[in-house]
Order: sequence, then C-alpha cells, then structure tokens
Amino acid sequence: MYVAVKGGERAIDNAHQWLAEERRGDLAVPELTIPQIREQMKLAVNRVMAEGSLYDPDLAALAIKQARGDLIEAVFLIRAYRTTLPRLAASRPVATGAMAVDRRISATFKDLPGGQVLGPTFDYTHRLLDFALMAEGEPPTGAAPLSPIPFPPGGGEAPGPAAPPDAASDAPPSPRVGEGWGGGAPRLPHVTGFLNRDGLIETAEASDRTPPDLTREPMELPADRALRLQALARGDEGFVLGLAYSTQRGYGRTHAFVGELRIGTVAVEVEIPELGFAVEIGEIELTECETVNQFKGSRTEPPQFTRGYGLVMGQSERKAIAMSLVDRALRWQELGEDFTGAPAQDEEFVLMHCDNIQATGFLEHIKLPHYVDFQAELELVRKLRAEAAALREAAE
Amino acid sequence: MSAATPSAAQSEAQSEAPSEARSEARSEALSGGFADAPVQSARAFREVLEAMARPGTIRKVAGARPPAPLSVAAGVALLVLCDPTTRLHLAGAADCPPVRDWVAFHIGAPLAPAETADFALGRWEALQPVTRFRIGQPDYPDRSATLIVECDRLVNHGPALTGPGIETATWLNLPETAAFRANRALFPLGFDCLFTAGDRIAGLPRSTRVENI
Amino acid sequence: MTDQAYNFAYLDEQTKRMIRRAILKGIAVPGYQVPFASREMPMPYGWGTGGVQVTAACLVPEDRLKVIDQGADDTTNAVSIRRFFQRTAGVATTEATTEATVIQTRHRIPETPLKAGQILVYQVPIPEPLRFLEPRETETRKMHELEEYGLMHVKLYEDIARHGQIATSYAYPVKVEGRYVMDPSPIPKFDNPKLSGNPAIQLFGAGREQRIYALPPWTEVVSLDFDDHPFETSKAPHDCDLCGAQDSYLDEVITDDQGGRMFVCSDTDFCAGRRAKGHAGRLGAGQKSSKTFANSFEGIWPGTEGAR
Repeated sequence: MYVAVKGGERAIDNAHQWLAEERRGDLAVPELTIPQIREQMKLAVNRVMAEGSLYDPDLAALAIKQARGDLIEAVFLIRAYRTTLPRLAASRPVATGAMAVDRRISATFKDLPGGQVLGPTFDYTHRLLDFALMAEGEPPTGAAPLSPIPFPPGGGEAPGPAAPPDAASDAPPSPRVGEGWGGGAPRLPHVTGFLNRDGLIETAEASDRTPPDLTREPMELPADRALRLQALARGDEGFVLGLAYSTQRGYGRTHAFVGELRIGTVAVEVEIPELGFAVEIGEIELTECETVNQFKGSRTEPPQFTRGYGLVMGQSERKAIAMSLVDRALRWQELGEDFTGAPAQDEEFVLMHCDNIQATGFLEHIKLPHYVDFQAELELVRKLRAEAAALREAAE
Repeated sequence: MSAATPSAAQSEAQSEAPSEARSEARSEALSGGFADAPVQSARAFREVLEAMARPGTIRKVAGARPPAPLSVAAGVALLVLCDPTTRLHLAGAADCPPVRDWVAFHIGAPLAPAETADFALGRWEALQPVTRFRIGQPDYPDRSATLIVECDRLVNHGPALTGPGIETATWLNLPETAAFRANRALFPLGFDCLFTAGDRIAGLPRSTRVENI
Repeated sequence: MTDQAYNFAYLDEQTKRMIRRAILKGIAVPGYQVPFASREMPMPYGWGTGGVQVTAACLVPEDRLKVIDQGADDTTNAVSIRRFFQRTAGVATTEATTEATVIQTRHRIPETPLKAGQILVYQVPIPEPLRFLEPRETETRKMHELEEYGLMHVKLYEDIARHGQIATSYAYPVKVEGRYVMDPSPIPKFDNPKLSGNPAIQLFGAGREQRIYALPPWTEVVSLDFDDHPFETSKAPHDCDLCGAQDSYLDEVITDDQGGRMFVCSDTDFCAGRRAKGHAGRLGAGQKSSKTFANSFEGIWPGTEGAR
C-alpha cells in the first residue's frame, strides 16, 4: 500500500459524504418523506417506474429522493435493483379493455361507447404559475378559474351511451383497488375494435407466443414488434418524444390520429399451474395509446387504416403517444412502405439508442481517465508533426 | 419473461429434501446437488474454464452426487452450465428415470432431441451420429451444442492436440479422431466437447486440431 | 466482509450460468463476439459493467483480485470496482501482478508477464472493430461471417496515404488465429504484442454492447498491417523518471505551466516494484508515487472551508 492508493479511496469516501450532505440540503427545511414524493411527485414516480421497468411507487419515490431528483439516476437505481429480483412467474397479458379508467379520450370520434373521460389532465390548464401552491398550507380546492384543478373524474363531460364502469362513482380517482372488477365486469371497448369490426383497420392478430425479453436475452436484430415495443416502453421519454416529433415533421411520416388514449388501473393475473386458474396479484396503473394511421391498400386488398401502439406504466401519456408513433414508423417494412432513411424508421438506430441508462453510462464514461489512450495519440501526432516538419525543411 | 420452473427455483434455494421422502428413487432425485451452489459452482466453473481453455488438460471437480450412471464430473457440468433456459439431450444409458428426475429437480433443463439440444450427455457411442448436433450458424457460431461425453477414464495418452490454448501439443485418450477432425474442418462452426470420467473433466473445443500419432 | 444481502459475487446463479456459457463459447471460437444478456449492474454502463460481469462469473473465494485502470491500481474507478468485489465476494485483493489470480483491467496489459493460472479480464467499450467503419450490427455481423475485412484494410491504407503510416495508436485491430478480426479494447498498441501467445486466459466483456469474447492461452494474435508498412509499437521516447525503466509504457505528467513534463510508468505496480529493487530514474527514488502527480484529489476533498 502506498500513499496514492489511500488518496483515491479517501477521495471516493469523502465525495460520497459530501454527496449525502448535498442531497439533504438545508437542515432547516424539513426532509421529504417517501409518501410525499409518491403522492405529490407522482408523474416523476411514474416515469421512473416506466423507464426503470419496475412497478413499485415506493421504491421509485425512494430512488428519486436518493438521486436528488435526477430522474435518469433514479431510473438507474431502480434498474440495478430490478436485476437482482427473482422471476417468480410471468403474468397473463393485462386486459386494458377491462381497465378502470381515470381518463379516456378519442381524437377520432366525437362520442363513442364508454364516452370521453377527461380525467386529471394538464391539457386545458392555463400554464400560469399558481402562487397559491407556494404559500404555506393547502391551496384552495374550489373552482378558482385559473387554478389547475383536475377535471372531476368521470364527470359531466361524458354522458356517453354507456358510461364507463364506475367512472361515475364518487370514489377518489386512485387508488381504485378492488372496486368490484370481477369476471363479469363490463368492459370498456377499444376504439380500434369499432373500426376493426367494419374492416376499416388492420387486424392485430392475437398470439400466445411468449414475447422476447430484452432484459434476459441479448438484443437480436432484426427485432420483432414485441421486442421493439418492450424497448420503447422502457426507452427514454425525451428520446422517444424527439423521434415521434420527427415523424410528424416528415421524417417517416405516418399521419397518426390518436384513436384512443386511456389511463387507469388494470388487474395483473398470474396463472397458477397447480390450481389450474389465474389469481389476481394486484393492480397497476397503465397508459395506453392506440393510433390510427394512414391506410394502405393494393389492387387486391381494399384500403385499411393501420395501427401504432403505446403502453407505459403509470400515467405517462406523452410517452405513450410518442411510443405509438415510433412503433408505427418502425413498421414500414411489414406494411410495405418505403424506407426513407428517417431515423424513426431505422430499427437498429432506435433500439440501440433509446435506453437512457446505456446512453448516460457510455456518455459519462468519457470523464473517466483516458490518459493511456491519449498518450498514444499524443505520441502519434508528435511523430506525424515531426515527420511533416522534416519534409518541409528538406523541401526548402 | 422466462419464469423459472418450480423445481429449478427450489434447487436454486438449496431447499432441503423433504423429510418424508417416501421412496429411495425419490430421495435420490432430491439429493446430490450442490450444498452451497454459489461457491461450489464458481469453483467448478473455474475448472471447466481451465479445461476448455487448455484442451487436453485434465481437471478435477467436486460437489455433485448424481444418480448412476452419471459420473460426478458430468453431474457437476450439468449443475454449472444447464438450467431451465438450456435444452438438454440425454443419450443412451444416461436417459433413464433416475437421471431424468435428478435433472428435473436440480437443473430444470427441458429435455430435447439431439438436433435442438444446447447440451447433450452420454457415452460417445450413445451420442452417435454426432453430426446430428447443432454446429451454430455462420453468423452465430456460438449457437452450437456442447457435448458432455462420459468416459471410463481420462489420461494424457492418445491423439495429439494442437491449437488455441495449447503451447506446443497435448495428448488425450479421445474415443476417436475422425469425428473431431471433421468437426475442426467446420470451424468456426462445430460442437464443443467436455469429457468426463469419475471426478475428472477435460475439454475439447472445436478449435482444436486432432492428430493420430 | 462479504455483504450478505447479495449472492456471492453479486450476480444471481442463473445469470452467472448464462455468462459462463457465453465465456466457454468465446473460448471455443477465439476472437468471435458472443452475444450475452448483459445485466444492469450497480455501476454505469461504460464504466466496466462487462468486465465486472465476466469477473463475477469467474471469481472463486480463493482468488486474489487485482483491478487496474490505465495501468494503475489507484485510479478512482479501479478502486470502486475493487471495493465492489471485496464487498460482494469477500475476495482478497492485491496490487501485485504476480500475486493476482484474476486481473480486471481497463486500457492496459500489465508490464509484468502473465502466467498460466491467471485470468485477465478486459473492460470493453465498443467490442466491434468494424463499428466505426460500418455502424450497423446487421452489416458487421455479415462481414465477420464472410471474413470480409477489406474495409478495415482500406481504412488502414487510407491512413498510410494521408499520414505515411497507420494512424491508429490504441484499440489497434488484430486478427485471431487467422480468422476473426478483433478489437483488443482501447489498450495502446504498445500492448498488442502481449495479446499473442500469452499463457494466461484473456476474457473481454462489453456490458452495454452485450458481448463477451476470449483469447485462450497461447492463441496467435496478429496486429493488422501491410508488408511495406509493418505493425510497430510506440511509446513516449523516454525512460521512466521514477524507476528508470526503458521498456515500459509511460504516462506524461505536466508538472508546471512552463512546459515542464515528467514521464512515469503507467503500470504503478511495475514501477513500484522496480523502485523497491533499487532502480531509480531521472528524478530519483525519493519521489512520491507517480500517481500523486496524476491523480490529485485534493480539489474535491470536502471538509475544508475553502473547498465549499
């Protein structure tokens, strides 16, 4: 052991200590609790759960606290924890048609069975800072015109023919654990189902095939759609958003309509082979987006709309919409479209670069010492310069 | 999404055999795995790695007590390398109920025909014709079978081995040479072999050149 | 010492089996990159997650582990990885190359020759030697399949046309046993000759890129070149200022703002060993460790008012 080794170790210890102090901040300000983060920073918690691929609001809140609000760092903490968890079972596919919705809108039909449910959305808030939130104590809960008050869940906006099951209940929007979702519960049909019944949209073939899992098998290209969707679902929101936006601006345009966007809770069921039936093990909140895209057709087949799909854990509609646009753009080959060279059409480009934990690790590793490689480059440049100088002298 | 089968999950947790195990065969199937899997499989893997990286060297492994006719070394190789994600082919005498039960309980590897197996276990004669086994694809040569070949003994006499992992030459009592020469000719495709006898193990990757002397 | 909350060497047994299978296939096809389902590790991608997973799959409790970064045992990331295995595997650690049974490295091969029984684990950022010529995995996989390495030769030849020599100084591509072109990780080309005919097992792990590859002992590894432009190693044309070694790879340390420089061994164990034996360079044996110059952490030590 010699002195510099201890220096390195001490530096790391001290950096960790400093970091812990910085995380806590001013001791005169009360420390955040996990329930506070979970309840009041819910969209951040949702993003960490989605990109961390682990549905656990408390752990996501803990990760956000530990990461000082750096969401990518928090995602990283969750991912590293998730890897160590045993896989006990694979759930049955969740039935989003049986979702207990907090929000459900369609941009393609003015009204439809189940109705439009605005839900708790920022959409029609005026983006004015609400200084009432800054004051101590609870903000007023009345219908102050400029306050971002969530639309009453399942309120008057949705007098559709068949109101969504329990949407009109007076229970708070979440959690909605165990509100009578037995097997006989009414379903909230998907908009694409209406189109499909008339043959207006491509049929999405059901499959019992176990989808691939990129966290357990190395990614292999070309990927199938299930694998692409998995990668996008845990991909970086910003990256997926940017790609989706680029398709809207013409880089792989797909003319997307939001057929339907729904947010709510679904039951997760696991088949128990010994029992011969499935058991509900809990409920999770999901955001699902189905887009209706430009049609295709040929001499033999009449034109039909096509689909893009997004499904994200938690309430995360920006991500779900973006995901469905990118999904659709990536389907160019299967749908017989041209590859225009757009980034969002390029499966390898999208899948290899959408993971923010891979990206941030590799990006930030360039701050590690590289003096061995740099020294090699330095010697080479010196040598090349010396040779060039010698040539110049010889010429003069 | 690959969920571990209950049997493999149990062996992972090193659960003790239930005390009321009724029959002898049943207790045989439940015993003979690693008592301390993380450490025993680590030590065994290092031996397997050295064996495969230095073709012709004979290493010693311990920790498994598989049912007859399996050798200790074959049992160790299965425990170290196979699990519910690998398809296993049992050939000849190795394909018997006690071994199948033991594999089901401790390893959980699905049994498969030779053509689709990731691992195959049996005596050399029982594995014939070895041209049945997967040799990988030109773009994925790693997707090939590993044969665990049970032998009566392993000694450093016999055909000469040269190639990666070997400084000049080594010698090993291989069951034959023609099949391994044919396999080498497929490189980078081909199957890889582990030879087992008692508690001894030796490796012969596809990269090794084999010559009768 | 071992952290009981985690499995031996951190990874669960099924993950270790998967990595071990990939390592054996890598050994069987030297230089070929075996895809593996790299796990998320508690350290960032790009910081040695591939090497860490390979090391975790190889370690036994009896091992003595050495971890180096840039040749040095004391660089912060090497310290961090060493601590990780002390904590999760309880293995002994060492800085002496000769005493180590497993050495995890970033960017260097130790100066002291390795021997049988040792394993050298490389951390690899971009395992695909053709990646900077062809960004698509689907294409480079085909090129390896067909042994189509013309593009690499064209690139090296363009170097010669422009610079009069091959302008690649680290991560210099090699051909393994006459078959696969391989990236030796970003070691300086000074280290390339040590890849070939090495008695130790050399394993390469790329976590983010999900690839493992290997060189069994005594494998023939040739640095790519041309008959009229043969491969040459290079290093700073100096001796080590601390130990006087003439044949070791050197780090350049800027000592003042007047152009002052010193050159010291990048391999700290090698340099310290020589000095212990009484060798001395230009600046004598009484000097502090080379890394005291290169890694001055004073600036980030908290606790002093000035630093805040």
